[in-house]
Amino acid sequence: MPFEANVPPGPLGDKWTRYRGTMNLVAPNNKRRIEIIVVGTGLAGASAAATLGELGYKVKCFTFHDSPRRAHSIAAQGGINAAKNYQNDGDSVYRLFYDTIKGGDYRSRESNVHRLAEVSRNIIDQAVAQGVPFAREYGGLLANRSFGGVQVSRTFYARGQTGQQLLLGAYQSLSRQISKGSVKMYNRHEMLDLVIEDGKARGIIARNLLTGKLERHAAHCVVLGTGGYGNVFYLSTNAMNSNGTAAWRAVRRGAYMANPCFTQIHPTCIPQSGDYQSKLTLMSESLRNDGRVWVPKNQEDAQAVREGKKTANDIPEGERDYYLERRYPAFGNLVPRDVASRAAKVACDEGLGVAPTGLAVFLDFESAIMRYGRSEANSQGMENASDAKVRELGEKVVEEKYGNLFEMYEKITGDNPYKTPMKIYPAVHYTMGGLWVDYNLQTNIPGLFSIGECNFSDHGANRLGASALMQGLADGYFVLPYTIGQFLSNEIRTPEIEPTGEAFDKAEQDVKNRLDQLMNIKGDQSVESFHRRLGKIMWDYCGMSRNADGLQKARKMIRELREEFYKDAFIPGDAMDFNPELEKAHRVADFMELGELMIVDALDRNESCGGHFREEYQTEEGEALRDDENYAYVSAWEYNGWEEEPKLHKEDLVFENVELKTRSYK
Amino acid sequence: MKLTLKIWRQKNANTKGRFETYQVEASPDMSFLEMLDVLNESLIAKKEEPVAFEHDCREGICGTCNMVINGEPHGPMQGTTTCQLHMRHFKDGDTIVIEPFRASAFPIIKDLAIDRDSFDRIIQAGGYISINTGQAQDGNAIPIEKQTAAEAFDAAACIGCGACVAACPNASAMLFVSAKVSHLAHMPQGKVEAKRRAQAMVKQMDEEGFGMCSNITACEAECPKEISVEHIARLNREYLSSTVGSEVKV
Repeated sequence: MPFEANVPPGPLGDKWTRYRGTMNLVAPNNKRRIEIIVVGTGLAGASAAATLGELGYKVKCFTFHDSPRRAHSIAAQGGINAAKNYQNDGDSVYRLFYDTIKGGDYRSRESNVHRLAEVSRNIIDQAVAQGVPFAREYGGLLANRSFGGVQVSRTFYARGQTGQQLLLGAYQSLSRQISKGSVKMYNRHEMLDLVIEDGKARGIIARNLLTGKLERHAAHCVVLGTGGYGNVFYLSTNAMNSNGTAAWRAVRRGAYMANPCFTQIHPTCIPQSGDYQSKLTLMSESLRNDGRVWVPKNQEDAQAVREGKKTANDIPEGERDYYLERRYPAFGNLVPRDVASRAAKVACDEGLGVAPTGLAVFLDFESAIMRYGRSEANSQGMENASDAKVRELGEKVVEEKYGNLFEMYEKITGDNPYKTPMKIYPAVHYTMGGLWVDYNLQTNIPGLFSIGECNFSDHGANRLGASALMQGLADGYFVLPYTIGQFLSNEIRTPEIEPTGEAFDKAEQDVKNRLDQLMNIKGDQSVESFHRRLGKIMWDYCGMSRNADGLQKARKMIRELREEFYKDAFIPGDAMDFNPELEKAHRVADFMELGELMIVDALDRNESCGGHFREEYQTEEGEALRDDENYAYVSAWEYNGWEEEPKLHKEDLVFENVELKTRSYK
Repeated sequence: MKLTLKIWRQKNANTKGRFETYQVEASPDMSFLEMLDVLNESLIAKKEEPVAFEHDCREGICGTCNMVINGEPHGPMQGTTTCQLHMRHFKDGDTIVIEPFRASAFPIIKDLAIDRDSFDRIIQAGGYISINTGQAQDGNAIPIEKQTAAEAFDAAACIGCGACVAACPNASAMLFVSAKVSHLAHMPQGKVEAKRRAQAMVKQMDEEGFGMCSNITACEAECPKEISVEHIARLNREYLSSTVGSEVKV
């Protein structure tokens, strides 16, 4: 199978333009005959399906949700980056490219990232034209804010619901194509296998989740926009049903999984409160524009806060450690996510945590409220306003910016963040790893494409805030619709693919056998309980920091857990029926294999970079210590089942335009 | 806290449903759905079928969860989805009645899970701006007044959960339809098709079997995103002006 990055020649800034101008096209009369399967309806899947439909292809689009609008992109809060330079603050395509490469700790492909930065500008235009109600200034122009790891304001937003508004824009475009008949939508269908005929991806086996019936769907090619696999950790900010099964089934059919150990732990989430907890809730990174992170300077104060004897407001300014501002003066509270998360862990490990569990730090808006209040008072001509009045005005400004986030925090915790600081702790949020793809977003299986979080391509070892929405929409609207033509232009003589061949027979039988196997375990323990245990292993040993001993131990534990699962899991109900427990079982079974591969990958990478922090490899100051000599490569894993050792393929990362430097935010 | 739950159980759309009573032990910090997780775990431990309920993001934005709790869609708290409702708002010893959203346009799939495809079809009928990828002009080419953008956002915040339908004695979908019509009609980009859109979406709403609006405004009271009935007034205006003296016909 081909394992070539297929990066076009030419200077970095011209590659995409030149390539786009010379790539093969499919004529309209042929597009009408060519079928494309798109799995997933998040930002990447919905935008791709809509655009391919507009271009005239026959698209079949699948989601396991009851509606395309439910995809987890909907929950993205803070914003979307674009190199518009509307703020005149020195932004440019090159700067967005550079920030993303650096933010990713030099573990992504230059050419892909530069293309992403180029098309970022088109995304904003497209979304505005779709009616996305972005935040605006009084003059009617688009507003921006700043996110972690950058020194310009290039993030566009719609309150704290940017993902929702962008997804609804894509969903509406998709709905338009559905109404025209160019896209056929299959709600409540879960892809359970990929079908490969003559070495090319030609279809999927999907389970109708309402009836349990297995269906065969054929097409000239298959696009996966099925998101990330953060739920391998059980507790994450991902939606409950987000899963890695579609991508993992492609891996089981030969697709390579790239950098699976690169997981993003988001620094600002609401801490876990009990064992029953089913998910963690993110508090947008945008809050770090105005919130200051701190812990008490001494352990006695921290303990008093943990025991409820003191509150944050009882601790005087001089006794607080604003540790991000102290350690990273250049970026302060807006350091990238991996750096902020690790710093929070260090503080809590030193016994300075402020929640009863010991696992939380403060995110404090006091100074922002007073600062905004004073400026508001001045602009209203109240130079001598009382502190109470200033606070009142300031709270209004903060409410306008972050109101829905503050409300969400209060609903979950019962605390009012306008009055006392939020308590936050890092949680699993995003997976940079994913299916390996070339410059065309094609996997090593011809005809199988992967877009959005589902692929590995743009974020290296750490993703910058507000870049997930950018990448999902870049891939779906502006990259894949072009690059897919490189494959499809060679398929114009291929007649309609019939879902009747041997490969379809076998794939369907394989799925049936797997489902039977699960239904026949008939043990005693719930699938949920296995998922919880898997998550705990992953979090303890393959989470915010990792070491070789722990990883080896975890690998053994997962293998034992898997064995126990196939002996003792219990799935109620019937396979030929609406059965959420069976859906879960299939996903958890796949998570166990994927989890082991993440551990294998983390063991292989004897360096620290971005979200992958190996305790053995750190500087004296506790910063990540990269090893460019030996590890400047993408790990693309071939996985042939539980019994065989996964096989590593390396794609060397060549940096022609940026100099590899130690990442510093100091 | 010890709770008694009366939950609607129904095998599928073709069988009759009934209330079943369960006891569950919960903690005040749990979310409502986590309390149901605990119940389901205990049912699975007894080899009984868990209660089917749908949920996904559990942070109040995907619009999947749908329960009528003690007679109110999404329960007693204002502006709160079921998944964001926490048990601290209930008391030890409470009896809680849990049903699915009920409307003939939302057929029951199983227990508390319902089919809301009708909402998708309404959006497909016209809830979009007709712009192909790549046709857009620069994002700052048309300034939009801050207040107008904010009003459009308020309408666009709809999560498509269907609480408005469940709250309405007529099972009308007017708040849902008006939110989209109003969102797009606020934006200059959406004005071009505003007339056609209003007619097409209302027509589809009627075909799906949703009832008429009789200004009860329970929809606004129960909407977890607190979408205002002012948008219904706007829909009525848009609809009226699109029919009376207009050449646009759908």
